[in-house]
Order: sequence, then C-alpha cells, then structure tokens
Amino acid sequence: MAWETVIGLEIHAQLSTRSKIFSGAETAYGAEPNTQACLVTLGYPGVLPVLNREAVVMAVRFGLAVGASVAKRSVFARKNYFYPDLPKGYQISQFELPIVKGGQITLQSESGQEKNIRMTRAHLEEDAGKSLHEDFEGMTGVDLNRAGTPLLEIVSEPDLSSAKEAVAYMRTVHQLVRYLDICDGNMQEGSFRCDANISVRPIGQKELGTRTELKNLNSFRFVEKAINFEVDRQIDLLESGEKIMQETRLYDSDADETRPMRSKEEANDYRYFPDPDLLPLLLDKEFIDSVRSQMPELPNQKLDRFAIEYQLTREEIEVLTATKDTADFFESVAKITKDYKLTSNWIIGDLSAALNRDNLDIRDTRVTADSLAGLLKRIVDQTISGKIAKDVFQTMWDSGDEADIIIESKGLKQITDSNELETLVDNIIADNPDQVEEFLAGKEKLLGYFVGQIMQASQGKANPAQVNKLLRNKLKS
Amino acid sequence: MTPLRLTIAEMSNLLAAGEISSTELVKDCLSRISEKDDSLNSFITVLNESALIAAKSADKLRKLDKAGPLTGIPMAHKDIFCAKGTITSCASKMLANFESPYDATVVERLSNAGMISVGKTNMDEFAMGSSSETSFYGPVTNPWNKSLSPGGSSGGSAAAVAAGLVPMATGTDTGGSIRQPAALCGITGFKPSYGRISRYGIVAFASSLDQAGVLALSAEDVALVMQEIAGFDPRDSTSADKPVPNYRASLDQSVKGRRIGVPKEYFNEGLDSDYADVIRTSLDVFSQMGAEICEVSLPNLSFAVPTYYVVCPAEASSNLSRYDGVRFGYRAENPIDLEDLYKRTRSEGFGDEVKRRIMTGTYVLSAGYYDAYYLKAQKVRQLIAEDLRRCFEQVDVLIGPTTPTTAFAIGEKIDDPVKMYLNDIYTVSANLAGLPAISIPCGIVNGLPTGLHLIGPQFEEARVLNFAHCFQTETNWHKFLPGSERN
Repeated sequence: MAWETVIGLEIHAQLSTRSKIFSGAETAYGAEPNTQACLVTLGYPGVLPVLNREAVVMAVRFGLAVGASVAKRSVFARKNYFYPDLPKGYQISQFELPIVKGGQITLQSESGQEKNIRMTRAHLEEDAGKSLHEDFEGMTGVDLNRAGTPLLEIVSEPDLSSAKEAVAYMRTVHQLVRYLDICDGNMQEGSFRCDANISVRPIGQKELGTRTELKNLNSFRFVEKAINFEVDRQIDLLESGEKIMQETRLYDSDADETRPMRSKEEANDYRYFPDPDLLPLLLDKEFIDSVRSQMPELPNQKLDRFAIEYQLTREEIEVLTATKDTADFFESVAKITKDYKLTSNWIIGDLSAALNRDNLDIRDTRVTADSLAGLLKRIVDQTISGKIAKDVFQTMWDSGDEADIIIESKGLKQITDSNELETLVDNIIADNPDQVEEFLAGKEKLLGYFVGQIMQASQGKANPAQVNKLLRNKLKS
Repeated sequence: MTPLRLTIAEMSNLLAAGEISSTELVKDCLSRISEKDDSLNSFITVLNESALIAAKSADKLRKLDKAGPLTGIPMAHKDIFCAKGTITSCASKMLANFESPYDATVVERLSNAGMISVGKTNMDEFAMGSSSETSFYGPVTNPWNKSLSPGGSSGGSAAAVAAGLVPMATGTDTGGSIRQPAALCGITGFKPSYGRISRYGIVAFASSLDQAGVLALSAEDVALVMQEIAGFDPRDSTSADKPVPNYRASLDQSVKGRRIGVPKEYFNEGLDSDYADVIRTSLDVFSQMGAEICEVSLPNLSFAVPTYYVVCPAEASSNLSRYDGVRFGYRAENPIDLEDLYKRTRSEGFGDEVKRRIMTGTYVLSAGYYDAYYLKAQKVRQLIAEDLRRCFEQVDVLIGPTTPTTAFAIGEKIDDPVKMYLNDIYTVSANLAGLPAISIPCGIVNGLPTGLHLIGPQFEEARVLNFAHCFQTETNWHKFLPGSERN
C-alpha cells in the first residue's frame, strides 16, 4: 500500500526579551543555577505576574510577518500540572484566545516550486525551569533560571508531508524569527525547538490517521531523523495489522529511535482556565500599527531586493540573505567596494570558510565588514592580485591588522610596472628554451606554465593579466 | 493604661496633642494581648520587639514634626499578608515555617504611613472558612462569649479589634471574610471594590474574588486607613488605575433625599426574625435622616452561594498548587520519590477544609465538567453582577443584614460545610460583582451584635463610607463592645 505522511509542527521560540514574561528577572542563558529566579519566578506566596510588553510586541511582529490576524483581545490561561521545574504548579499560557491566529509560511523547494503551509496560531507562554537528574545521587536538582522566559509557541496546520518538508518549514521559521529579531535561534541552548505531530494514512484517504507527538526536537537533523523513524514505525505497524496508539514519544538521538514518553491513561488533564491574575490582553489598532511601522525587512523582501540591486545568482542571494547578519555584512562591504560579485564571492568563499573553521558566527567575525572592504578595494584597484589577497586575508584574520598595513609591510604590492614585468618575462623565456619551442610548435597549454613560473619568480606579485598579454606578445613575435 | 476603646481618630488627636506617646499606645496593646489573648487566640505572631522599636522611632519623628496622621498608631495584619522577616503562615501547617522575604503592598503602605504592626492575626487556614476554626493554630474565640465563633476567615482580626487589643486590623474578604466576622464581633468591617487595593503580597485564595480591607471601630477609622492603602499598584495587574478620592472629606455628606435599596429576597432567606427587626429599625434611622427606602429585587440571589462555591474553589485549587514542598513551606520527611513528596507534603500540610476546596475546585475544572460547572458559574456570576448594576440605576446603596444569624457556637457548623457556606448568603454577591461593601454594628439580639450590610456601586467606596458614617453619627451601636463601659 502507498502511504502519505501528515505532519504538523509546534515550534517553541524563546523570545529575546531582557526580562522574563511576567517578572523583572533576567533571561540571559548560562548563569549559575537559580541566580535568575526572583520571587515571581519561584512562585512565592502572594506574588503576582505582570506582563512584559516587549514580549507582546514580539508576538505581534511575528503575527504581522506571517500575515496572521493579531487578536484585539487575547486571554492568558493557566495550564495546571505538577512538576518540580514548574514552580507555581501551573504554566501561564494562552489557550482558547491566542494573540496570533492564522497566517502562512511559504516554502521554496529546490526546484523553485512554492508551497504554502498554513499556521493555526501562535501564542505567548512562559517556559518551565530545568530538572537536572544527573549529579544529584538519587535526587533531582531544579534550576529555575529558565522558568518564566517568554516563549512564542508557533503551531502549524498538518500541511507538511515529509520530514524534509518539515525541516524546510522549520528552517524558514527559524530564519524569520531571527530576521524579526525576536529570537536568537540558538538551538543548542534550546531557544528554538519543536514538537512534531505525525500520522500516516493510505494515499487518497481523507480522514487523518492516529497521530503521535514527538517532543522536544532541538536540531534540524534530529527533526528529520526522528520524523523518518516515526513514519517508518507507523507504516510498519499498520502494514502488520496493528494500531497506532495516540501517545507522546521522545526521540533518542543515540539509538536513533522514538520511545513512548507517557501513555494516554497517565495523560494530564491540564484544567485550563483563564488566569484571574491577568486581565485579558487588549491591543488596539494604534498599537498594532506602531508595531507594523517598525517591521524590519523580511527574508523574501530582502531576497527580491537583492536580486534587483546586486544582479547576483539566485543561489548566491539565498546564501547571502540566509541570515540578516550575513545580508547586512554583505551590504556594508558592497557599499564600499561597489563590486557586488567580488564581494559575494569573498563572503561566500573565504570569509565563510574562516568562520566555519573557527566555529564563529558572522557577528563575531575577526575580519569586519570595513576591513574586508579595505582588502577588496585593493583587488579592485589592482594593488594586489586575488591570489595574494587570500594570503592577506589570512594574515588579517590571524593578526587583526588592516589589509593596507599588511600589503605595505610585506611588500605585496602587485608589479604593474611594464619594464619590470618585461624583464621577468624575458628571463623566463630565456631560461626555458625547450618549452618555448614546444609552445611555438602548437602546445598552447604551456602558456599557463610560463605564467606560473613568472608568478613564482615575482612571489605572486606580478599582475597576471599583464603577464599574460606580455607573454603572448613576446612568444609570438 | 490608656482607655480601652480609643479609635484611630482619637489616638491620632491625642498623639498630635502630645497627650500620649506611641510607645505608651504600643505597650498597652502588647500588654492587653499578653493578658487576654490566651483565651481569644486572635494572634498567631506577636511582634513585641519590633513594635516597640518602631514606636520609639515614631515618637522621635513626632518630635521632629515629621509625623503623619497615622504615625505611631498600633495595628495588626491578618496572617495572610506577607510581612518581611516575619512568619506568614496563613494559619496553615504548610506555611508555619514560612518567613516572608518581602512586604505586601498593604503592609508596605501602612508602614510608610507610620502605623506599627504589633502582630499577625489568626484566621481560617488559607482564609477558607467562616468561623476561624480551620486554623492550624486552633480556633479563635468571640470576645462577646468565648464559646462562640468570631466568624471568619478574618476572625482573629475581628476578635482582636472587638476585644480592644488593637484599634484596627487588616483583613481579606473573598466571600465575606471581613464583613461576617465584623458583624459577629460587633465592629466595622470594610471590603472595597475589587482592584481598589493591591493584592500583591497577599497569599492568594481565589484571585478574582480576593480583596484586602479594614476591620476597625468606625467608618471614620476605615476611611483614614483606606486613604493610605487604596490605589493603583503596578505589581498587581488587576489593581485599578483610578484616582483615590479623599474618603474622610465626604464622610459627613447628608444622606437626605438619597435612595436606599432593600432587596426583598433578603428577608426570605432564612433570616432570623429578631435580626430582621434590627435591620428594619436601622432602615428607620436612615429614613429619619431623610433617605428614601425602596424595595428592589435581586432575582439571582439564591444562585450566589453555589456560584461562589464553584468559582472560588476552582481558583483556589490552582493557586494552592505551588505548595509542593519543593521551594518553601512544609515538606514531608524522607520522600521515596516525587509523587510521594507531593502526596504526603500536601496531605500532611493542608487541613480538611483546604483539601475539600482543592478537590472541589479540581473537579469543576476537569475535562468534561468544566462547561457544566466553571463556565456556567462564570455566566451566573455575570447575571448576579448585572442584577446589582441594575439596582444601582435606581438607588445609591443597597442595605440588608450581613449574616442570617448572630454568632454561632464553635463546633456548631464545622462538620456541615453547606450550613457553614450559607453564612455567606448576603456577602458573596459583592465579591462576585467586585463591589465595595461594609458591615457596621446595628443592634443587639440576645446579647450579641448584629451587622448592617451596605453595598455600593463599583469604586464608590466614598459613598459606602459616607452612609456608614452617617449611621454611626446617629447611633451608638459601634460603641457597644464586649466588656466596654463606653456607650
């Protein structure tokens, strides 16, 4: 039988506010356990939540970016369950009336085809703390630094039909939230993670199959592997005549398999009800308009603009606009060099390679946009060759010096003086009589050999274009 | 020793005139507490040392001419208000070891106004009860008769004020917890509109109903204290960002020509007939002052108690989830695993009435019952509020009895929750609708005090206090106190 896969994702994006969603405690990652836990975070008797307006602005920004409707009235609800890393015994979330409803994300397939993924909703909620089961013999440690960090839970309709598509969707949302500057997207730190609802059905069947939910997938690779495993598992079960149990499962990346987390009998009844400590969130048109007026350029918009302004290939533009930081970097350099192709080549090539090698984000690059532009300017004005520039770049990367200083101190300035070049050419012709003969007999390929010899003799400083021209003239004369 | 029944206003005048010192006032309070409270059990914590230190600095302030009207006047907080550095137990084993690291807004504001807390008063556990019998620290007794209950949940505050231990105590009122004990102890108890006083730092019971208030000897004293504690607090999202009027300034306004509504349903809800007579006599007092009495109707009154007992336990069941033995408060010894920790901590730490409400609340919020109970109760709540709103289109205030009977015996109702809950019949509507309401002493039936209950429209605290004060200028019932010769 042929099967069709149906996937819906719930993405949890941690909003990059400075303080928590309902208190003034800080949200920075990696602090000593429980040092960012104020009385509200700890759920002390008598304390009350006060909504962080910045989190609301961020949620609205997301809603506007995906063309969703932003609710004029949304309600915070309590999701009740007991767990040590949930200090109040309930999580403040949004249930029946979320802040963002509807909207869609457009996926671009490799073949250039578009597919729209419908969004169900996006709602604000607080994150829980962390339970640390290691290092405490027979006990569990609780770190509440993360408790109360604002989350935007982004829920898609079950419009995704493969693990690949799910990853593409997740990448698109990841790119979007970083463009919107509402989430740092750091998946290792758990700032961006997802749950996947998965079911399969025979192709052509209308009703959905029984679904399982995979919890807490925190890398693109795991999303793909976990979904693929789960789809195969479901198909195997169905083909052997068994039934799918509706349950929550966890993906074990070491074993590359999914395992049941809790079954339905133990399933929590969350007893949602409107949180009486928080009034309904009312957003008027002025507020929404003010957020709209401050929307940054979105990935698609930037892609289109780059295509018009910089005449680069689609592939290049996609790489350059993958993150806002890269796009900004490109534009800073291109503004100075005015050579878009060269700038693009260097960012996609040498700069990316260096960043990858040192495992750095472009924000932490050792060669800044201004410095890179300084180097590229010297290629454009033919002070140095592209090849020499690579060495200069490496020195810049290692030493932090500017290109001009390195070119000057190492004497790397390109030889463009025709007398000097002529001497070089004459010497090489004189030193290689056999090759000259072969060349004249028709072995044109040897031109490269001569150029190589000259470049070596000049320590790479000879201007290759001029050398080429001179060689041809001299050899054929 | 100073006279037993000085009001705040009187103390303020004596202090200003230099005829008495704060240290004397506080010492008197503390010695009365040590003398009388063994039998009353109205205090959980007495702050002997810090109160005397505060009194000395209040006296210094006065010498420097920096004293306000309330500077140096002793008072007590219900043990539901978090006060920095003191145990805030909520009368529960669960919090018997909980030393609050911060001050509630009410505590902070009264302390800033110079008032001196001499202790924390006893109450029903987590404010759940109408008799102050559910306290982990044992029942409070009624100063009129030690075999009787002072009412609850702010029973310790009411008993302490009625017995002359302090001139004023704070309370909280979720369904009548200030007004009912005030009525049963023969003092004045005021619950303002929901949102008028910050809930920040008050151990939550039912968040959409809880409201702080004042138990004192007169409406005038209530006005003086309200002036300090009312008003917006950014730390409580449900507190009202509205200007606070001068409550004392409007106390003496005439009630002549103003309209008083008397809900006809009040007199057929099991109201004691002698009590009913006292209420009618009290209405005559207002008539003689020129107010017009008219009959109104609250058709949904009979649903108020059932509605209340769905909404309030629902919220309580969630609010009390934080008591899990993990971060503060009581923790069961040697738990074998997480579930054992939860089960035993909560089984051992909570009393019966608290458990009853947690279970009821959990039930009404659970899947399959939510619509039939919680959602329906919220709808009825709207209807009750609508009934009251309609009344206030015709009248200025509503007046009736605070309770169906005078004080009942300790042990009389504790095993019959429904009978106990019906004590709230006249008071819960004001909580469900978020309205200001006061109970003032209005007569004696069989040697026990009765309460006259006045409800006003939302945020019309000044009007309610004005009517109450006018009654207290015409009558002396608020000066009838147990063991008092002042009439």
